[in-house]
Amino acid sequence: MTAQEYAFVVVAVVGSLAAIAVVTARNVVHAALYLVVALASVGITFLLVGAEFVGWTQILIYVGAIVILFLFGLMLTKAPIGRDTLDHTWKNRLAGGLVGVVMFVGLAALTLRVWPVGTTPASAPVDGSTAAIGTSLFHDYVLPFEVVSFLLLAALIGAIVLARKDDGDEA
Amino acid sequence: MIRLPLVLIFAALLFSAGVYGVLARRNAVMVLMAIELMLNAVNLNLIAFSASLKDVSGQIFALFVIAVAAAEVGIGLALVILLFRNRASINVDEVDLLKW
Repeated sequence: MTAQEYAFVVVAVVGSLAAIAVVTARNVVHAALYLVVALASVGITFLLVGAEFVGWTQILIYVGAIVILFLFGLMLTKAPIGRDTLDHTWKNRLAGGLVGVVMFVGLAALTLRVWPVGTTPASAPVDGSTAAIGTSLFHDYVLPFEVVSFLLLAALIGAIVLARKDDGDEA
Repeated sequence: MIRLPLVLIFAALLFSAGVYGVLARRNAVMVLMAIELMLNAVNLNLIAFSASLKDVSGQIFALFVIAVAAAEVGIGLALVILLFRNRASINVDEVDLLKW
């Protein structure tokens, strides 16, 4: 195992525990903070694989923007605390846990069957520099890039229209 | 360097945790958080295969997924706030106006 792999295993274990904590925490604010740890560990994994630009984008956008949005959402909806108000009944939790465990075991078994850990060669770091990403993005993916920017604009306007108070109704 | 299956198993665990969260959580904001976990698992797979195949396209798609996820959270939280304003509750099982 290389140094990167040791670092990755540590990051992955922390991230996995944080992800499980996100979906089981009884306090919504704690869940949002565990989400920071899980998303940051994904970002660090990107950096370890060599995808620099996506890694820093992940940390900036997810940890910097999306989690803050979640915290605002929790504040504005006066999120309650406690298992009964946050989760479904124990039957739903049992069924959900069953589906989750079966899915994980299935995916892991499939992965290890196709790429056994012992024989799969380690891949060299990919070129994830801003220059490489920018060249590819503006040469081969210009149209999808424009479509995504339009989608973001539409989502922004849609969110404002949905969340603003309707003065007409109250008057 | 990191071998492909290790990253894929990490992603599988994130995705499974997200699926459990969507099925078991009652609070709409927590459901959105679980969806974020699943989107991140997909990104992890895209980056891992991008490294394994020496192709930068996987990273471009990961960036697109991040952008769409940001739009989804913005709209989702606006809907949740609207729901809270109208029903004073954001439990997903109480939103049953369209239920037969």
